[in-house]
Amino acid sequence: MTYVIIGNGVASIGAIEGIRRHDPKGQIVIIGAEDTAAYGRPLISYLLAGKIGPERLALRGADYYAKNGVELKLGTSAAKVDTVQKTVTTDKGETIKYDRLLIATGGVPFVPPIPGVKGADIYSFTTLAHAQTLIELSSKIKRAVVIGGGLIGLKAAESLHDRGVSVTIVELAPRILSGGFDEKAGKLAANRLKKVGIEVNCGVTAKEIQRDQDGHVKGVLLTDGRFLETDVVVVAIGVVPHSALAKEAGIKVERGIIVDGKLMTSAKDVYAAGDVAQAIDMLSGEHRVVPIWPNAYNQGYASGRNMAGAKQPYMGGLPMNSISFYGLPTISVGTVNPPEGDKNFEIFAQLDEAKEIYRKLVFRDEKLVGYVLVGDIDKGGMYTAFIKFAMPLAGEAKDKLINAGPEVFLWPAELFDETWNPEPAQAAR
Amino acid sequence: MKRVYPNKDVCIGCHICELACITAHSQSKDLILAYTVERGQNGVSSCKHVYENGPTCVALSCRHCDEPACVAACISGALQKDPETGRTVYNREKCVGCWSCLMACPYGAIARHPLEQKIVKCDLCFDRPGGPACVAACPNKALKQEER
Repeated sequence: MTYVIIGNGVASIGAIEGIRRHDPKGQIVIIGAEDTAAYGRPLISYLLAGKIGPERLALRGADYYAKNGVELKLGTSAAKVDTVQKTVTTDKGETIKYDRLLIATGGVPFVPPIPGVKGADIYSFTTLAHAQTLIELSSKIKRAVVIGGGLIGLKAAESLHDRGVSVTIVELAPRILSGGFDEKAGKLAANRLKKVGIEVNCGVTAKEIQRDQDGHVKGVLLTDGRFLETDVVVVAIGVVPHSALAKEAGIKVERGIIVDGKLMTSAKDVYAAGDVAQAIDMLSGEHRVVPIWPNAYNQGYASGRNMAGAKQPYMGGLPMNSISFYGLPTISVGTVNPPEGDKNFEIFAQLDEAKEIYRKLVFRDEKLVGYVLVGDIDKGGMYTAFIKFAMPLAGEAKDKLINAGPEVFLWPAELFDETWNPEPAQAAR
Repeated sequence: MKRVYPNKDVCIGCHICELACITAHSQSKDLILAYTVERGQNGVSSCKHVYENGPTCVALSCRHCDEPACVAACISGALQKDPETGRTVYNREKCVGCWSCLMACPYGAIARHPLEQKIVKCDLCFDRPGGPACVAACPNKALKQEER
């Protein structure tokens, strides 16, 4: 059995570990466009901020690939997939035969068609190479405008600020972090950034990037008429699935590559995982692209074990983000912004602005379906349990969760016993 | 693998497991020094926590899951599954303190270190002769380490 994995991010690490759980022998070949072993992609903001050195980036130890019998083809891209002949052809002209193929090519930065966006001084922030470029640049520039107030944009802003660059964030939505946070959580995070001197502008975006005669960026003209002088622009609107390879191979692609319950694509023996995949979402039951780290690992793992013949479906993704802004920790899990006016949802929110503490719980059908924590995050995982295990929360249990917080005695007795003190026959997990 | 299983029906909520855990993870390996000095100085804290609900008590810590949510969520590679021992191992040097594991673990088994941007999690006392200190210290055999 030969497993070929295209892409060398965390989904591929998950896939290796999923395969090896069930098949210790099969050959694994990884084709990775970047020239390093898999690294913690979110760590690039720690690297840019100078908090860690490059030696801490690798996700696994130096002997990991050898130990797991993985052949790495780095600095190599897949140019073509033939699902009939079951081959992958690389950009170096090599053709590799597969029995099972995983497409885990991730996402690419989305760059909107703003006038002037093409040319010098425009940067993205999603790869190690981007981080290295910005590190070199940071000693030569004074000002940066970051377009996009999501996780990538804010972390880019924070890290550049730590390098001594004066940073302004521009966000089209009325608040930063509009995806996973609500207004109050977004405001607490924004206040932290403003306090250290990062300028945050919401409800506006770049209308035009203006350049001088040499083609260098002069500044950004905003939709509200203001002009921000700057040396560089970092575009951090988000990522879109890198699905061209799959499309060209005739594999079904909507927003991302469509996969079934075992993460197989429309082509037999071809699987997809991570930011490129449109996989089932635990809460909605719909197929969605949710480009977050834990989903990528979990999809990689589930595809790996299924490629190895284990026949265990993917349990579905759960949106979750944990991120800190200058020491202010935040966690957001599940459905945190239900449709306005939808009576199926019930929201309980408490804000202590002075202490920078916020907690929001979202219920649907007497179950917890989402939460946000800012400041006091210590019980995060205990809340996640109620969502992940879809625990019924009627009457007193719900009151206790709201008033006293989550605790293990609110669990149904059966789940409690199975989890913590199982009969030997049930203990395999 | 042998895991530690807590039995709430016989746990008496004495917190001795927590003290044993602090001692085992201290530098001095001395209960009084660990509690009075090291707790404040280097933040040594228990990986095990006793939860109470009226007369019912239970002492919980990392379950060393077969497919741990913390490993999936870890952005730095600090948390990994050791395929040989089955333990969910934590490499403190690699950890950046992003709290993704704390968010992902539905068992509440991961805590923030009180002083540093690191986590506190059960290591099954892997280097302690005689196995987990909490199991050895439990006066009513509410904690058992066994193969199930």
